[in-house]
Amino acid sequence: MALLQLHNLHTYFFTETGIVKAVNGINFSLERGEILGLVGESGAGKSVTGFSILGLIDPPGRIVEGDIFFNGKNLLQTDASTYRTIRGNQIASIFQDPQTSLDPVMTIGSQIIESLQAHHPHLDKKAAWRRAVEMLEHVGLPAAKKRMHAYPHQLSGGMKQRVVIAMALLNNPLLLIADEPTTALDVTIQAQILYLMQTLVKDFNTSLIFISHDLSVISQICNTVAVMYAGRIVEYGDKSILLSDPKHPYTKGLIASLPTLEKSKKHLTPIPGTMPSLSNLPRGCYFKDRCPLADSQCDHYPEERIVAGRRISCHHI
Amino acid sequence: MKHLYAFTSRFFKSKRALFGGVLFLLFTVAALFAPLLTPQNPYDLTQIYLQNSFLPPGSSFWLGTDEMGRDIYSAILYGLRTSLYVGIASTLFSMLIGLGMGLVSGYFGGWIDRMIIRLADIQLSFPAILIALIIMALWGQGINKIIVAITIVSWVYYARTVRSVVLQEKEKEYIEAARALGMRHHHILFGELLPNVLSPVIVLATVRIAYAIILEATLSFLGVGVPMTKPSLGTLISNGYEVLFSGDWWVSIFPGIVLMLLIIAINLLGDRLREVLNPSGGF
Amino acid sequence: MLRFILDRLWHTFLVLLAISFITFFIMYKAGDPVQLLLPPDATQAQVIQMRHTLGLDGSFFIQYKGFLLQLSHGHLGTSFLYGEPALTVVLERLPATLELAVLAMFFAILIGIPLGVSAAVHHGKWQEKIIMFFSLTGISIPVFWIAMVLVLLFSVTFNILPSSGRGTVYLFSSAFTWDGIRHLIMPVTTLTLFQLALIIRLTQSGMREVLSKEYIRFARARGLSPSRIIYTHGLRNTLIPLMTVIGLQFGQLIAFTIVTETIFAWPGTGKLIIDAIQNLDRPVVVAYLLIIALIFVAINFTVDLLYTFIDPRIRLR
Repeated sequence: MALLQLHNLHTYFFTETGIVKAVNGINFSLERGEILGLVGESGAGKSVTGFSILGLIDPPGRIVEGDIFFNGKNLLQTDASTYRTIRGNQIASIFQDPQTSLDPVMTIGSQIIESLQAHHPHLDKKAAWRRAVEMLEHVGLPAAKKRMHAYPHQLSGGMKQRVVIAMALLNNPLLLIADEPTTALDVTIQAQILYLMQTLVKDFNTSLIFISHDLSVISQICNTVAVMYAGRIVEYGDKSILLSDPKHPYTKGLIASLPTLEKSKKHLTPIPGTMPSLSNLPRGCYFKDRCPLADSQCDHYPEERIVAGRRISCHHI
Repeated sequence: MKHLYAFTSRFFKSKRALFGGVLFLLFTVAALFAPLLTPQNPYDLTQIYLQNSFLPPGSSFWLGTDEMGRDIYSAILYGLRTSLYVGIASTLFSMLIGLGMGLVSGYFGGWIDRMIIRLADIQLSFPAILIALIIMALWGQGINKIIVAITIVSWVYYARTVRSVVLQEKEKEYIEAARALGMRHHHILFGELLPNVLSPVIVLATVRIAYAIILEATLSFLGVGVPMTKPSLGTLISNGYEVLFSGDWWVSIFPGIVLMLLIIAINLLGDRLREVLNPSGGF
Repeated sequence: MLRFILDRLWHTFLVLLAISFITFFIMYKAGDPVQLLLPPDATQAQVIQMRHTLGLDGSFFIQYKGFLLQLSHGHLGTSFLYGEPALTVVLERLPATLELAVLAMFFAILIGIPLGVSAAVHHGKWQEKIIMFFSLTGISIPVFWIAMVLVLLFSVTFNILPSSGRGTVYLFSSAFTWDGIRHLIMPVTTLTLFQLALIIRLTQSGMREVLSKEYIRFARARGLSPSRIIYTHGLRNTLIPLMTVIGLQFGQLIAFTIVTETIFAWPGTGKLIIDAIQNLDRPVVVAYLLIIALIFVAINFTVDLLYTFIDPRIRLR
């Protein structure tokens, strides 16, 4: 049985200026140890998907339809206090900017220990301390013991991200949701952190949902890829199949727009236009206004089919 | 224009803002058209009769009369005029001065900045009401005088806010670009910086205008505000204070209620404005 | 650190000097106190004599120089009205004023901060609505008005509280005797109301901003308990800047005691300064302003110092 299964998830935001359909009917599943890459432009609904799984959608947002099955339980029918025992414990997460993820007036050590004690209330201070140091060393933070007394602003970006990863993996989660974990870091640090995550995920046998807009990063680390556009998944399948032989025009466009070192390109080819507003979605396929293959068929939203080993929503394959 | 319409309709979606807006409009209209809406001009000595003094609220004088036989309802409407006039005028002037000083201070820096900061520091080491009190006590009563006094104590807050915004914006690229393009200083100040500074200034003004009205009311209550010939709501309240003990409560209470409602209306509008411009709070 | 303190002391000295100069000048220009002190039928000789006794017969600079000379001996001149050293006159009445101000601030903080936190945490629910309604009304009522209403209710109508004067004083305070407390209730309530409402709004606003930060979201994603998030992370981060604002409010509170003391005939510095201004008692005015300025500056300084110690971002550069 799959560890995580999202079934027809719809998360909408009911704002003063209209209903924003951030996640508009997505389905995917995740096995134990699998690394899924959730890729798409800003505003495609990737982060909202992550928060929906975590149960952190606040008003004016709401999950209006669908199911999220995790480890046999339907998360959407879980009460608040049980959900809290799952968050940070069985499902962990890390966010984009490690600087803002940490409380600026508390030491690193205190914040790590509180993560431990929240889920292991009978753990005494000394044991918690030891475990924290152990974890910091595991993520490769130099001078871990000293760093326990440091404040976030005293650490570099890369070090902070290691701390955050340590906090996430502390309680041996079954699932880790990483939302743009390397976007705010220097390229060289990026590579280190990616490598660290890959190793840890293998060591702890954690499943990982890696959210990013950066296809090149996704291609390095993931097993499966789901491409999101305007709140829906347009193409979903095994990474090697999808990225070497993309079938959806949007995926093709994304790959084509990447600057590469191998081929010599005269011009960068971005995808023309912008994503439609999530509070004012067009009739039919959401990508049709930017798609080179669009025709009258596209006035009806394409049904999802399985083609060439992947799930895809397009009329033109 | 379309933006303004969209903004206004969103602004008034809040019931509280609507209530505040209506109330404020009511008071403004009442103040503007006071002569048309009142049975008497209580400051025209030919219209008042001493034998009408201290009448309780009733059919002939809706809210009662004071010690001179003046109709409280009429007095309130005329008082509203003064209160609103002083509050708005002093806010506008202090906003202008504060903007000017803040822009110059933040943008040019150097000794001008240091001087202005020193001045502001000295002034801020005193509670505003104290400074205004001293000024008015020594200068005498007067509508224009009190506008000046309130302006003097209020400009600092605008200047400080403007200056800190300018200091932040100064470092940004669009200013660097403007300078690189050879834009003259005053073009940069008024063309680029000013629009960005206006938003926090307006937010500040919504807080300060209520304070200005309260300050004037307080000073008038203490007898050092507007003159008796052009009383404000504060003067009216002060007037009725002495007779409070003999049971003639209406002379003070009604003007007080109106003053309170006026401030509440302004605060409701100000709160909504801040909500719409800055949804995540913070002070 | 030492540099900071010395810098501040020098700055304070300059400010005080400037204040004394400005005040002296204003009072000098304001009028002739001698006219107010002598009966209207006083002879010219008596006027000249009095002027000489009070030291008012020199030019502005001679008088100011004399003032500075006295200042260097720790003397602030003699009150024209009371015939006693101005400094003593002010300091004698200071405890009465401070009593009101300190008590008002104490209650405002004690009640205001919890209510502000509650309003922030229960955003959108009835708790917030009631608390914010109350606080909005509280800041919309001028101090003198609330004093009047209280007097009307409790002294005139129900006749259970005295409307003027200070009760029996014991150990510098009137809070230790029942009679004292009866006299304290209305003036303190008057002063507290505005501050309370203000602190509620500031706390609510500050908390809301803090609670919208990423580290709070990360704390929730880690499964920390709500109370931990609200108090250890939320309130702590709110109090740091809030404290500065509250400290500065104390000065405004002292200013409002002027009005309160006038209405309740409270024997503090408020009443003193009003009389002094009206009687052109320059030494008392100058002494009062200098002491107030000193208090303000001391508060500012303490708050800055506190801030430096409490916020680790500033403490450890």
